[in-house]
Amino acid sequence: VAPVQVRLVVPMAVVFGPGSVPGDLPRPLPFRDVQEMEISVNLRTSVTSRYEMRYRSTTGQEEAALAAATAREADAALHPLQDTTLGSLTMYVVPDTSSLLPQGINVYVGKHRCALVRAGGSLAALQARLREVTQVMSFTASSIAAALSDRVPDGQLSPDARRYLKSSLGYEITFSLLNPDPKSHTVDWDIEGAVNRYVKPVLDKLSLVANFSVDSQILYYAVLGVTPRYDKESSSFLLSAHSLPHVINPVEARLGSSAASLYPVLNFLLYVPERSHSPLYIQDKDGAPVSTNAFHSPRWGGIMVYNVEAPASPQASLPLHVDVDMARVMEVFLAQLRLLFGLSREEVPPEFLLEGPGNEGLADWELDHLLWAHTVENIATVSTTLTSLAQLLDKIGNIVIKNDVASEVYRAVASVQSAVTKLSLGHLHAAFQASKEAVTSSEKAFFDPSLLHLLYFPDDQKFAIYIPLFLPMAVPILLSLAKIVRETRLHKKEPTKMD
Amino acid sequence: LWEELLLSPLPTGDVAATFQFRTRWDVDLQRGAAVSHYRLFPKALGRLVAALGVRELHLALTQGFWRTRYWGQPPLQAPAGAELWVWFQPTVTDVDKAWKELSNILSGIFCASLNFIDSTNTVIPTASFKPLGLANGTDHHLLRYAVLPREVVCTENLTPWKKLLPCVSKAGLAVLLKAERLFHSSYHSQAVHIRPICRDASCLAVSWELRQTLTVVFDFFSSGQGKKDWSLFKMFSRTLTDTCPLASQSKVYVDISPKNKEKELLEVSPPPTSVHEAIVQGDKKTYAVYDLLSPSLFNSSRSLNVQLKWKRPQDSSEMPIPTLHAQRYVGGYGLQTGQICTLIYNTHPYRAFPVILLETVPWYLRLYVHTLTIITKGKENKPSYIHYQPAQDRRRPHLLEMLIQLPANSVTKITIQFERALLKWTEYPPDPNHGFYVGSSVLSALVPSVTAMKDMDVEQSPLFTSLFPSSDGSSYFVRLYTEPLLVNLPTPDFSMPYNVICLTCTVVAVCYGSFYNLLTRTFHVEEPSRGGLAKRLANVIRKFRGVPLL
Repeated sequence: VAPVQVRLVVPMAVVFGPGSVPGDLPRPLPFRDVQEMEISVNLRTSVTSRYEMRYRSTTGQEEAALAAATAREADAALHPLQDTTLGSLTMYVVPDTSSLLPQGINVYVGKHRCALVRAGGSLAALQARLREVTQVMSFTASSIAAALSDRVPDGQLSPDARRYLKSSLGYEITFSLLNPDPKSHTVDWDIEGAVNRYVKPVLDKLSLVANFSVDSQILYYAVLGVTPRYDKESSSFLLSAHSLPHVINPVEARLGSSAASLYPVLNFLLYVPERSHSPLYIQDKDGAPVSTNAFHSPRWGGIMVYNVEAPASPQASLPLHVDVDMARVMEVFLAQLRLLFGLSREEVPPEFLLEGPGNEGLADWELDHLLWAHTVENIATVSTTLTSLAQLLDKIGNIVIKNDVASEVYRAVASVQSAVTKLSLGHLHAAFQASKEAVTSSEKAFFDPSLLHLLYFPDDQKFAIYIPLFLPMAVPILLSLAKIVRETRLHKKEPTKMD
Repeated sequence: LWEELLLSPLPTGDVAATFQFRTRWDVDLQRGAAVSHYRLFPKALGRLVAALGVRELHLALTQGFWRTRYWGQPPLQAPAGAELWVWFQPTVTDVDKAWKELSNILSGIFCASLNFIDSTNTVIPTASFKPLGLANGTDHHLLRYAVLPREVVCTENLTPWKKLLPCVSKAGLAVLLKAERLFHSSYHSQAVHIRPICRDASCLAVSWELRQTLTVVFDFFSSGQGKKDWSLFKMFSRTLTDTCPLASQSKVYVDISPKNKEKELLEVSPPPTSVHEAIVQGDKKTYAVYDLLSPSLFNSSRSLNVQLKWKRPQDSSEMPIPTLHAQRYVGGYGLQTGQICTLIYNTHPYRAFPVILLETVPWYLRLYVHTLTIITKGKENKPSYIHYQPAQDRRRPHLLEMLIQLPANSVTKITIQFERALLKWTEYPPDPNHGFYVGSSVLSALVPSVTAMKDMDVEQSPLFTSLFPSSDGSSYFVRLYTEPLLVNLPTPDFSMPYNVICLTCTVVAVCYGSFYNLLTRTFHVEEPSRGGLAKRLANVIRKFRGVPLL
């Protein structure tokens, strides 16, 4: 595996509100400071993160904004005043006694790229708190390690890291409604409206990261791979957690893989259980029913079971008409989508308050979080691809490299270098674009049909052709060798005989 | 979804079963909706149509050959092997690239080797293939046509085809599609047709129609002890048990048309729900119709097993001969030149009609166009339209299209000579001594019908009539395919290079061995000895003969 050394620079502004300046500042207020942190993934891969902090006091407009009644209003008022480049962060330090933050909450992270932090007395305490905030808002050692999961030795990685989707230039999202029993249920879903209302805002925001395409389908007579167990107590059917891995396979055959594109597919399945198997509930490992009745499969997608209420009278005419409550379904699917992209909000210390992402489904700093991870991952992928290409060329000496392949390789190297320099300058967006270009060029070079190694004549077959020559020629040589050996042995034996 | 099954006993005693599944997709792709939602229409094909700008797609995978002479006109014939023809949208800028991409994706969807379609077997016909759906403007540069006669069709092609059906093979007519029976037959052809059609009578909006057809011919005469009786269970080893709940029409048609004016020759059981009379391809046909959606059908018994019994053995000597049929063969001897002969029969008693003949010949058969002769009734027949595109080696095939007038009750013989080219040794397929296939030639004609037809409502008529709508009542459209040809090319001995290597190496090794012996041998002076038994024996003989001793 090729060595990768990347330096990530996060430009940060720390703005002290009135009355919040700690007493032990080393210099008078505007000044700069740098903090570095080493994240080492394995011996040859290391990521250095560097926080370039700019300390200053508030301007008049910011002061006015900070005077708002609640943190949310302050966040909204501060948004137009901020530096809006991707990857940059702004921290507003408010006095310990500020009523802006609720009791017991020391940090408030807004919808955009800013956070409100309580001063916390000394500079050292403040800096410790700031470090935590930046890790939440930009990247942590574990998120970088997850992005480089190919290079992390097995066992050191948390199981969550395997869940995240690999970085790609595009994703296809497919919503499928599985109706295994069209005889008794006619299921209708307003997928078009739901996509426009719930999914589209998120994807618009994510369009910076990759291209997304969304489609949906309804599959009839598609059954799960396991028969659920009947539970007498609750008179319902149960799918236990350990049988869930077997559920997907038979369904997957019918999903219709993306023949027309090369992007990875995210599948979200809504399963309406057949009448003889409903209601159907998913059990977790402890045997308790899962509240959402859904589960997700790492790097593949999610499945939700949507139970249809039994009709009041058993004589109700079949098929039963079912209208799917899309808000409930989409809530689950969007949560799964965030999980698959590694945007969970679980690892946050308790004194933090995170503003909900609102209508867009994604805060600005979460987007940054994704961009940091994907940029690092892209750089690592390019270096792996180019290294294996080089290994292939080493192995086959007479391989032909066409000019277009060579230029793609050069372009990939140039783009990956520019991505690394851009990262060390703190230009996240430019670095991400460059890393994307590098991935495209390196893949194009690597998958060029002229580089198929089967096209080249392996050396052992050349030897096989010459065997009819070498074998008869070897016979007299071997015979005479054997003769020589015999004769020398006789010579050695003869003197002993004489005695 | 409309589904139907047409069962028709063939004159030779075989039974042809034609399935048709029609799905409509009410969406206008030209508007360019970013999000696409699929209900009954399969997503895999829908994405393909949308992404590559396909206006019409016709794919047929066939095993066996439909014998038009004996079996009559098929509802939909297809050439042996794989056939693909596609009309692209006028907005597609690089048609060749889209065509290449399309064939690759289709080969992935249908597990067929359609990825072997390249410029050496693709042609752009100018007259033979017209768009079957809505189209304005027929710029034939948007059309691509290719045939792979070598393709072998089997279960792995049927399974993805079945998966495109909304009810898969769990309910409805598709239950009968059991692979082990379908491929135990003399002819099997499965096809996918996608075309744009009018959404309603006013035709203001466009819908997409997916038509999946499957035709099988079962040979019962030889396997059923000479009896021509059949039933669904005998053919498919299944019976119909329920309907596909998604189908808005689900019918089984049985062809019970009286032949030779003899009525009541055969009987079907159970009694059909209705009887439908239609004129199909110039013949008056009577169909017994079973509507699977009518609740009465499944009430009496749990399953439907359509049976047909012949009341008395029918003499098979009088077979109706179709109005148009054709035959093709390779003539000539030796491995240098040859001749392709096509015989086209017009058995109509008094009407002459034109046919368009499309001939695609691979480049390794070099056609001599000056030897093209068309002879009808002993006289030369001049075609009124000829389009010929010569082949380029390893680049494109020959394309010959002709419009020929066929006089009434005549046989037209078309011959053209060719020379066999020598291929490079890497260009031979595996098993080259099997021969090289030349794809079927295509005959398209408007055949005048014997019986007058009346205009029918397209939506009401059975599906198998509606793909080729007839323009007027006096004639009907027929597309026929001739036999694929198998031509032997001069084939080198492929083991020869290795034999040469072995031989020369052995010679070199022997020379080397004797040289080595000469160089390394040490010579001793042999001391005389009394010799062995042989010498003494020889001396005894010599003594008797009086010759000096050794």
